[in-house]
Amino acid sequence: MTLLDPTLTSLLYLAAAVFFILALKGLNSPRTARRGNLVGAFGALLAVVTVFFSVRLDNVPWILGAIAVGSGVAAPVARRVRMTQMPQLVALFNGVGGGAAALVALLELPHADDGWMRLAVVFTLLVGAVSFAGSAITFAKLQELMTTRPVVFPGLPVLMGAVLLAAVGSGAAVVLGGSLALALLLLVLGLLAGVLLVLPVGGADVPIVISLLNAFTGLAVAASGLVLGNVLLVVAGTLVGASGTILTRAMAAAMGRSVAGILFGAFRGNSTAGSTAVSDRPVRSSSAEDVAVLLGYAQRVIIVPGYGLAVAQGQHTAAELALALEARGIRVDFAIHPVAGRMPGHMNVLLAEANVPYESLKEMSEINSEFRTADVALVVGANDVVNPAAKTSAGSPIYGMPILEVADARQVVFLKRSLRPGFAGIENELMYEPQTTLLFGDAKESLTKVLGAVKAL
Amino acid sequence: MDGISLLTITVLAVFVGFEVVSKVSSTLHTPLMSGANAIHGIILVGAIIVAGQATHPWVLAVALLAVVLATANLVGGFVVTDRMLEMFRGRRGAAERPPEKPSAQGGAHEGESPERKGSVR
Repeated sequence: MTLLDPTLTSLLYLAAAVFFILALKGLNSPRTARRGNLVGAFGALLAVVTVFFSVRLDNVPWILGAIAVGSGVAAPVARRVRMTQMPQLVALFNGVGGGAAALVALLELPHADDGWMRLAVVFTLLVGAVSFAGSAITFAKLQELMTTRPVVFPGLPVLMGAVLLAAVGSGAAVVLGGSLALALLLLVLGLLAGVLLVLPVGGADVPIVISLLNAFTGLAVAASGLVLGNVLLVVAGTLVGASGTILTRAMAAAMGRSVAGILFGAFRGNSTAGSTAVSDRPVRSSSAEDVAVLLGYAQRVIIVPGYGLAVAQGQHTAAELALALEARGIRVDFAIHPVAGRMPGHMNVLLAEANVPYESLKEMSEINSEFRTADVALVVGANDVVNPAAKTSAGSPIYGMPILEVADARQVVFLKRSLRPGFAGIENELMYEPQTTLLFGDAKESLTKVLGAVKAL
Repeated sequence: MDGISLLTITVLAVFVGFEVVSKVSSTLHTPLMSGANAIHGIILVGAIIVAGQATHPWVLAVALLAVVLATANLVGGFVVTDRMLEMFRGRRGAAERPPEKPSAQGGAHEGESPERKGSVR
């Protein structure tokens, strides 16, 4: 088979890079987002087809088999995953990308014949491994395979320092001598560093870490492009690395956190504060019928959906309840905290799935001043995002995070499974306030009961 | 390509990367992250090159593992992003248009098309 002319190959890669830029641009606006994603997918397809025709490749049947296996596993999983579990899936895909970059760099080491090249190999190995292992831990945290609370132990900063020092040492040796054994050691150290980096991060901050690791993988891919002398990998990886960094900062800002604070807060010991003990103070709990009366005779209701709603798959019932209340002439809005759900924008995705009209979804900045005019704030399966501790208790792990001011509403109704603290592992004072009513139970079941009672009013 | 050209391209790409996402609303943070995540799956191109030049069985095995992982990143990334965005579209009057064919189409092609081309060889 004749191979493509190198100039044509370069032009095709350039086209793919342009498609990637257009994809990111398209993802900026709800109207063009879906098309943007397809443009990106097309760019990727173009690049993958191009590589088969531009380089002399052996083992093609094997490669095609591996591609079939990879897509055969990933596509059905991505298609069927419940939207509530999407954050961990994104983490997983990010991790395997980092792992792939590290493996590519490892295999290219013997062919890297100058120091700069080996430096790129070392960078890819280390960052790719950190991204892989870090993503695996975030996956475990989000899937609740392990505790979502920060994991810290006394020697952690020292251990992390030792691992990084050893990584720098072996990395330098690889750059100078190109030893494969030391490269393998570097890979192991990278994995270890990834684990240690993410362990101390509290559950609520995990989404930001996913975004950060996403940027890491981008950088690893860019460096692997330098190793292979492939401009497309350099451009695509750098694009993701740069946009991922901005995105990480934007997400952290939405939560009132700094990226450094998230990563190193636990090291300083100030993100583990906050009590975990469930207090036995009295709360006012009530029945679905009472809640229905509260809602049914209000003029303005603001629903605050949280992760509990998503877990219970209650978004459709919540949408129905909103319709039923609107039918009674009540104004209903959904107040969306930027990090409602487990990722910024996650809740918008879930409610859009339930056909809640876009106009009813209010962002935090828009709705916060309106709680004052609301008769009832109905908090469904949310906790941390309405926890006043974020404003009042300086020692709290969520201190400084902007919250929805539900306490300003005349009545606050919590639909909760139990008094158990939220994802961040701290108690919510609001639940003990006099204007607060609690209805215990699974979010969807409670909503169904309340919906029935509202219809019967 | 020489080092300086690569450096130039890299620096320009950094600015483009900063620029394209600087004004996005928090509503789209998740899909944007997921889309960017899919794009770095393009490491598949690197994995294919390494696998195609492998002569030792061990090297080939590791390279093929990289191909599998990279494909999962690329294909899965685009499919899951499309699923998220499909829901965004749904709220804008689902009645206006008939439901389209399953969203995964775009992503699924990725894996298959090179395969088809390959068998022509």
